[in-house]
Amino acid sequence: MFDPTSNPPPFWQNGPAPGAFYNFPNTKSGPSDEFQHSQAPITTATSIVAIKYATGVIIAGDLLGSYGSLARYRNCPRVLQVNENIILGAGGDYGDFQYIKNFIEQKIVQEECLDDGFKLKPKSLYCWLTRVMYSCRSKFDPLWNNLVIGGIQDGEPFLGTVDKLGTAFTDKIICTGYGAHIAVPLLREAMEKNPNMSKDEAKALVEKSMEVLFYRDARSFPKYQVAIIDQNEGSVIEGPLVVKQNWSLAHMISGYN
Amino acid sequence: MSLSMEGIRPHYPDYSNAPMQRHFSPYADNGGSVVAIAGDDFVVIGADTRLSAGFSIYTRDQNKLFPLSKTTVLGCAGCWCDTLTLTRILTSRMQMYQQEHNKTMSTVACAQMLSTMLYYKRFFPYYISNVLVGLDNEGKGCVYSYDPIGHCEKATYKAGGSAGALLQPLLDNQIGLKNMEIIGDSKLTIEKATNIIKDVFISAAERDIYTGDSVIINIITKEGIKDDKFELRKD
Repeated sequence: MFDPTSNPPPFWQNGPAPGAFYNFPNTKSGPSDEFQHSQAPITTATSIVAIKYATGVIIAGDLLGSYGSLARYRNCPRVLQVNENIILGAGGDYGDFQYIKNFIEQKIVQEECLDDGFKLKPKSLYCWLTRVMYSCRSKFDPLWNNLVIGGIQDGEPFLGTVDKLGTAFTDKIICTGYGAHIAVPLLREAMEKNPNMSKDEAKALVEKSMEVLFYRDARSFPKYQVAIIDQNEGSVIEGPLVVKQNWSLAHMISGYN
Repeated sequence: MSLSMEGIRPHYPDYSNAPMQRHFSPYADNGGSVVAIAGDDFVVIGADTRLSAGFSIYTRDQNKLFPLSKTTVLGCAGCWCDTLTLTRILTSRMQMYQQEHNKTMSTVACAQMLSTMLYYKRFFPYYISNVLVGLDNEGKGCVYSYDPIGHCEKATYKAGGSAGALLQPLLDNQIGLKNMEIIGDSKLTIEKATNIIKDVFISAAERDIYTGDSVIINIITKEGIKDDKFELRKD
């Protein structure tokens, strides 16, 4: 039986290895077409919080680029306006996000050059990014990101997400990373009480979620940006905004020594 | 040749100084269940709408039934990114067939094509449990179920997905009427089939955390596909 722990004896000394041509002394032998795929994120960004309200979409993300537990880069914007009708937010590896941002921008330039009056639509970008993420995962070279795509298409707000595998879905509330555990319950409860939220109500809700996330997520940061796209008012990126911190409760928390 | 274990020490991650490696798996288990029941001139298929991973629910409203033609519906559960890819290729293959032959692909042909498409990915499979339903060339209801690498089996009823193993014996009892001494000769109606699907999903939602929120049911007759929705527990 084949035992993987045992080394078979060489066929003969200093001769060609089976399947190889010849081993010259002091040269590296064996397959040289190995390729090291990125298997882990390096500089990471934490949660994205996104909700769809009556006439638009809000996407928020803080400005921290973490290096493991080190809060290394404190000004990493990761929400962006793709064009007039699309906004995008990203969590996960910041380098992979910059690569994605780059080729999206190239696409927008190409579309602009055609000058045919057509603009990339949010559902098209969402579908495209799903295929990009899936094809990278299928090559075992994933783009380690959670992408959140928001926009207006055919007069309707759109909100969708794609992860590093190409798992994609649309929903009224989308949070990634730690936000999926902490912000989603808050947002779902608020959404249930008030299903047709106005822009200001939605903005206040996202603000509150960012505050709670800052208190509880160790990889979060008080400075954040918010991208808003609205049927009537178009899209803007607000920020850097600062979480209104209130630590007056902190002295009452004890028992964790 | 010696089979000694020399030089190989067991690896204890907690006592290792090596940098922590986050491994990458191209698959995810996104849960979901599919149940299908065929009758003489109809077939009913239901799938829950919960999309989850581990202990988190991604969305409570994800349709997992894909109409491929006026008489064929595919239900998918398992790895959602593979489902998206497979169904996208399937619908384009259906369209190519339509345009090449100027007719819609039959359920039977579609069932064979799905098997071939799954086996094509034999060594990097689509991690999906598929249940394909439709009306065959005689207009009879039929159910085809698949394993991830393309093994295909024709049946009259089938439960697949995360609660598949939980529900199949229930269907054996309620639809297959297995191991019973006295069996009345009552024919299966659409109403009875849909009611059993509803009951069966209520039972699944009770015990399977990956099944819940609601069920989308498609009823396929020669008149077309009718939609139905039914709420489940959401915890």
